[in-house]
Amino acid sequence: MTSPVLKRKSDLLTEHERHEIEHWLKRYPPEQKRSAVLAALRAVMHTDGYLSTAKMDAVADYLSLPPIAVYEVANFYSMYELDPQAAAKYSISICTNVSCMLCGSDQIVEHIEAKLGVKIGERTPDRKFFLKNEEECLAACASAPMMQVNHVYYTNLTPEKVDEILDGLE
Amino acid sequence: MSELITIEVNGKAYDVRPGQMLIEATDNLGIEVPRFCYHKHLSIAANCRMCLVEVEKMGKPLPACATPVAAGMKVWTQSEKAVDAQQAMMEFLLINHPLDCPICDQGGECELQDQAMTYGKVQSRYQEVKRVVLDPDIGPLIETEMTRCIQCTRCVRFGTEIAGIRELGGIGRGDRMAITTYVEQALQSELSGNIIDVCPVGALTAKPSRYTARAWEMIAHATVAAHDSVGSNIEVHTFDNKIVRVVPRENDTINQCWISDRDRFSYEGLNSSERVLKPLIKRDGEWQTVSWQEALAHTHELLTQLKPEQSTGLASANATLEELYLFQKVLQGLGVSQIEHRLRQVDAQATQVLPAVTWLGLPIEQISEQKLIILIGSDVRHEQPMLNHRIHLAQRLGAQVFALNMRQVAFNYPVEQLAVAPAQLSSLLQSVISGLSEQGLALPNDGSTLELIQRHDTQNWVQGLLAALAQAQGKVLVLLGNSAQEHPYYADLATLAQLLAQQLSGHLGFIPPQANSVGADWVTTLAPQDEVGKAVELNSELDTVVLLNVEPEYDTANPYLTLSRLRQAKQVIAITSFMSPALRDYATVILPCTPWAETSGTYVNAEGTWQFARAVTEPKGEARPAWKILRVIGHQLSVPECEYVNIEQISFELRRLVDKHPLTPPTIQPVTTLRISNESGLERIGEVQAYRVDNVVRRASALQALVPETKAHIHPNTATHLALMPDTLVTVRQGEASLSLPVWWDESLPENTVWIAGGTEASAQLGEAWGRIELRAGGKT
Repeated sequence: MTSPVLKRKSDLLTEHERHEIEHWLKRYPPEQKRSAVLAALRAVMHTDGYLSTAKMDAVADYLSLPPIAVYEVANFYSMYELDPQAAAKYSISICTNVSCMLCGSDQIVEHIEAKLGVKIGERTPDRKFFLKNEEECLAACASAPMMQVNHVYYTNLTPEKVDEILDGLE
Repeated sequence: MSELITIEVNGKAYDVRPGQMLIEATDNLGIEVPRFCYHKHLSIAANCRMCLVEVEKMGKPLPACATPVAAGMKVWTQSEKAVDAQQAMMEFLLINHPLDCPICDQGGECELQDQAMTYGKVQSRYQEVKRVVLDPDIGPLIETEMTRCIQCTRCVRFGTEIAGIRELGGIGRGDRMAITTYVEQALQSELSGNIIDVCPVGALTAKPSRYTARAWEMIAHATVAAHDSVGSNIEVHTFDNKIVRVVPRENDTINQCWISDRDRFSYEGLNSSERVLKPLIKRDGEWQTVSWQEALAHTHELLTQLKPEQSTGLASANATLEELYLFQKVLQGLGVSQIEHRLRQVDAQATQVLPAVTWLGLPIEQISEQKLIILIGSDVRHEQPMLNHRIHLAQRLGAQVFALNMRQVAFNYPVEQLAVAPAQLSSLLQSVISGLSEQGLALPNDGSTLELIQRHDTQNWVQGLLAALAQAQGKVLVLLGNSAQEHPYYADLATLAQLLAQQLSGHLGFIPPQANSVGADWVTTLAPQDEVGKAVELNSELDTVVLLNVEPEYDTANPYLTLSRLRQAKQVIAITSFMSPALRDYATVILPCTPWAETSGTYVNAEGTWQFARAVTEPKGEARPAWKILRVIGHQLSVPECEYVNIEQISFELRRLVDKHPLTPPTIQPVTTLRISNESGLERIGEVQAYRVDNVVRRASALQALVPETKAHIHPNTATHLALMPDTLVTVRQGEASLSLPVWWDESLPENTVWIAGGTEASAQLGEAWGRIELRAGGKT
């Protein structure tokens, strides 16, 4: 029996995550720690690729929030993934909203599904790619069809261009 | 008071208070505006849009709950525009609502159903698939049927604002938004049952009474709850002479529109299989069921042989005023002067220095007006949830709350709390008082002779207190909680609490532990003066013990000692509603009395309000009201003035006496020397678990499912020192009493303390709730 100190839920957060949260906390008044919840969850997303309940509890503990307040935020924004199956190096969102659809986004979806061997909502076995379920309009209608890979927009897609983009990813 | 302003509603002019929302004004005027999300005790959400009304010069209809009244405002609640909006909203809310009213517990008392009838259209245009929401299991008290939820968020706001713990939330968004705990778990709030009432639909209903009866089949009886010491006003709903459920009855000065889970769900205990339904006599070690006649004749015979000096009467402070009065009268008629209802109090000195009636000292309502509240030895949240609600309310209105405790109590609002081992609580309080006097707050005369210990750990706390005092505008309240009252040095703590209250120019109050604690205290003031304050001595020479709804294994400060003394007593006459293995063992006669709800009687609540609770169901079996049993016993023994025809006669007699013995602000005869504890080693913390406080609650099955397994809680440092790992077995020893319990590491405790909750199966085998305790690794051999 070495350490008598009980573990806190926030002990789960990595050094990097804490650093990131602290960085954002500086921008808000001390009694408004809740304001940093989006940034905190984003930091966790970066390390884990998804938000586990344990990590959300850790964020809640760190920011002195009731856990449900963190669950609510995490469930509200589609950019946060809650399923461990969604954790991949590259998360691909293909816009299939009206403008993109009219410009052939269905073909792009078909092509990517065939190329990666997974359907929308699935992840490649090597955890490199995750095909995210249909996003709403990603606001790049002028350059439809388009897709978003992690934080980068790729526009005016053709099957060839998609091959080039995906093959170019490490 | 600001000037009234004039608004016009439906063509009529009204003078209303400015600053309020339109819906408050129309509610006060008796003009009906439909609503789901609005609740007068919760914040405004304006998300159901049901209360849309037409306001002049406004293009769109406005929600009455979020529109402040303005001078000259013209409002129409039933114009074409308003009705159109209301109908549209109703149709929209019903899009995803299932049509399962015939099997819904809310059916017949449903706000959605009622308003759909009044404000809805006959038909819905929606023909597509309705959504289905999975139901989380949120514990044994509340059933969820979340497909019925209309997302008004009243339950979510109740959690944040009233319960003080946010456990429910809206997960997801748009048409997929659902109210849930997300991680499935039982709600922790002691007020959780109120979300059943605030829920306007059948999404949250009472689990124990699910599918028992329809709303229109039940009979509602207005009465008073008999567990918390606030005397919450309730409505008991019965069906077929059985209680189906309990709901709050609004009383702004006592419980507003809420009640604690303990008061709501404890009725289940009344139907326990342990109810005693016929009188029983022990003959040659065998229990025999007998007629009342035989039982009373036998009791009479036993009581005529009673030796008064060696006899005692122990009564539950949950009994009615009439029962307690007759109990005292009959026993005193027999010459017995040792009668006690404060069965958890151990400090003999306390009876000499404390006022006869230890009550709240001010009206319950005024707690929320205080600006500085100091709790001494209290887990008020679990002791008295409704008083805690008032403190929470005060805190939300800007009050600061401080606490001196024997463990870090989990409050549901911010509290500046210091916690030390029980033996040190007195010195902590002394140090606070001397710290304050150093800062210029004069000690009253009677305190200046006391030698006060000074400690270092109180400095910051005292500074915080002084800062809070500067903003308190004289609205200061010092409250002594249940743990302080059970403390071996209660007299010292009370003396010091009074000093502190005087230093801060504040009120002093006590948190009465049980439904009729104040009433029971008051009854003792009716006894001849020389007999007041005689402490009950449970020595080995006990002759006769008369019990009134007391289970000594759970209800006394030292179960082990009390039980062994009762076993040695010559005879034990138990007037009780429930059987227990221990009772079989020590009792001589068992006279079945009716519990709360089957008996009428008066309860005096924490603030001294008398409330008469009428019986709502017929007595079970041959059980009889205790006052009738006592009347017959008294009559048989020729005790004078026991000839009552009905309960009203006793109530009337007591009513007359109350004028001669009115409640006065609790004042303590200060002790002249403070005791110094030389305790070393481990001390037990033994406050009673919230759902183990009386014999009815202990048998309420849904609440019992929430009682955690009893463990020996110790601080990790103490555990490390004693080499005790969590969940390993440890032998707990208090004198002769010993028991095996799992260990639990608990940082909320001071070092060298062991917290084993009182009133539990485990603590029934142990000794003093607050006192020495030993731990040894490994189970009992």
